[in-house]
Amino acid sequence: MAAPILELRNVNKSFGPIDVLHDISLKVGAGEVLCLLGDNGAGKSTLIKTLSGVHQPTSGTVLMDGKEVAFNNPREAQEMGIATVHQFGGTFPLMSVGRCFFIGNEPTRKWGPFRVYDRAKANEIAVKNVQDFGITRIDDGDRLVGGMSGGERQSLAIARAVYFGARVLILDEPTAALGVKQASHVLRIVLEARKRGLAVIFITHQVTHAMAVGDHFAVLIRGALAANFMKGEKSREEITDLMAGGEALADLGAEVESYMESHDGHPPPAQP
Amino acid sequence: MASQSAVKPAKPTGAAGTGFDFGSLIRRPETGAFLGLVFVFIFFAIFGNVNFVRPAGAASYLNVAANIGIVALPIGLLMIAGELDISIGAMIPAGAMTVAIVSGHFGAPILVGMLASLAFGVLVGLINGFLTVRTAVPSLIVTLGTLFAVQGLVLGLSVALTGTTSVALTAPDWVKFFFGRFIANSFQVIIFWWLLLAAVYYFVIHMSRFGNWIFAMGGDKESARNVGIPTDRLTIMLFVASSTSAAFVGMCQTILYNSAQVSGGMSFIFNSIVTVVVGGVLLTGGFGSVIGIFFGTLTFAIVNQGIYFTQFDANWSSLIIGILLLLAVLMNNTFRKMALTYSPKKGKK
Repeated sequence: MAAPILELRNVNKSFGPIDVLHDISLKVGAGEVLCLLGDNGAGKSTLIKTLSGVHQPTSGTVLMDGKEVAFNNPREAQEMGIATVHQFGGTFPLMSVGRCFFIGNEPTRKWGPFRVYDRAKANEIAVKNVQDFGITRIDDGDRLVGGMSGGERQSLAIARAVYFGARVLILDEPTAALGVKQASHVLRIVLEARKRGLAVIFITHQVTHAMAVGDHFAVLIRGALAANFMKGEKSREEITDLMAGGEALADLGAEVESYMESHDGHPPPAQP
Repeated sequence: MASQSAVKPAKPTGAAGTGFDFGSLIRRPETGAFLGLVFVFIFFAIFGNVNFVRPAGAASYLNVAANIGIVALPIGLLMIAGELDISIGAMIPAGAMTVAIVSGHFGAPILVGMLASLAFGVLVGLINGFLTVRTAVPSLIVTLGTLFAVQGLVLGLSVALTGTTSVALTAPDWVKFFFGRFIANSFQVIIFWWLLLAAVYYFVIHMSRFGNWIFAMGGDKESARNVGIPTDRLTIMLFVASSTSAAFVGMCQTILYNSAQVSGGMSFIFNSIVTVVVGGVLLTGGFGSVIGIFFGTLTFAIVNQGIYFTQFDANWSSLIIGILLLLAVLMNNTFRKMALTYSPKKGKK
């Protein structure tokens, strides 16, 4: 098997005395969706920020195509083909579809001695690429992004990342703020990206969304990898339990029960 | 070619022969500003005396518009980028006093004085920019601080160095030719600087990549940074542009009137914000246009000066400006909502 596109080996990240990520090893290959699950504060965002170049790992290595890499800033990660799409898609409500699509990489054409923004070309490419991802409603590149639905904005951001040659797509809770119908739209787009051979890292805490598209799952608890398994190896209940720190909760339940049995039905006093 | 057709926003320039393109018209931030301009012009053309439409009348509001406009343009860009700069109120007298003290009081060559004046603008802009970028303090507060600091500095230094708060300067003719004279006895030469700068800003904002970045910064700074836009550098550059422009206006006033005063300039703070908002720029950033700011400046200047051509008591002019501002904001909001929800051709199904 070919080397995975992106691999983490024993990555640790601490901010001062606080260890946020502890010994994380993960890999994701082409045409694969890795679902990263975890409760709030589990270290999901720190992990993606480490992957996308915002933070640098305190120790451990990041490998791309089997070669060690280091990203000093988000731009370097982008240049290596790692694209991050945030919850609100990194789109700008009061900008046109064409301008939004090309933000930071605007196409230009010659105009006398100057290089000017090529609006016609930007709009054409943007509309075509968004439509390729199934958003056929968008047919005018001058439309303002704010008039699109949340799902459509996500799709725009994903289409943009793919167009600019992303090989690894990091989706940070893309479905968190969406309704059922729009979320399923985004999930279809995730599948489309996978079909095109991208490595997708899909961060979510909605287990059903993860189950729908994931090939490979990783659960983060308090900065450590609590579970790492392939599709079909665990049921939805098991995953939900894992995310909520299920085993710890089950222990607590048993403890309370045994205490109540031996103390005339009184619950145990709260422990400091 | 594209730029030429875009300069006339009132005329929809849809694809050949498609006729009236309502969508592209309401999406333009300057549409509201243009309607406002037409309205106030017709209003004063009717209620004002005939001088309002004659060259002398035009000069009176164009002079006001040019002085405000040179400052309002960069202020508008800052607002599009999501920042504010009110220290311009102190930078105008600072620019005026610097050239007057350096060249007038100490007798240095005029070019040295002019460069000193602009350099002071660059310096204050850098301070504003760095403080805004490095600290999380809102730029309104940062520039409020520098507004007072610069004001105090200029007053203190002027009295310490010259012993007075008003310094004379007689600029050579060639300098007056370019920076401070009346053309045909009524039009200030600064009007041409305004038009030139508006064209430059138009190019930068609407035709170059930088413009796109500035809109993105105002729309969502975090996302803009994530896509690799140098937001910090752009913010600092915009602050430098605004305070240097203010110093430039002060410098030109000194050259024109042959003297500089420590006071004055404070009215520019609110006037420039009014013109920018009337021009369709969203106060919270991310939306606006250079043409809109241009129209907003003209509208403001016409209201400001037009009252003197009417039978009305000039004391009412602030009332009119206040109502105008509110109307403009409401109208611009309506247009923006329409622009967001309007989908062309097929419409909602």
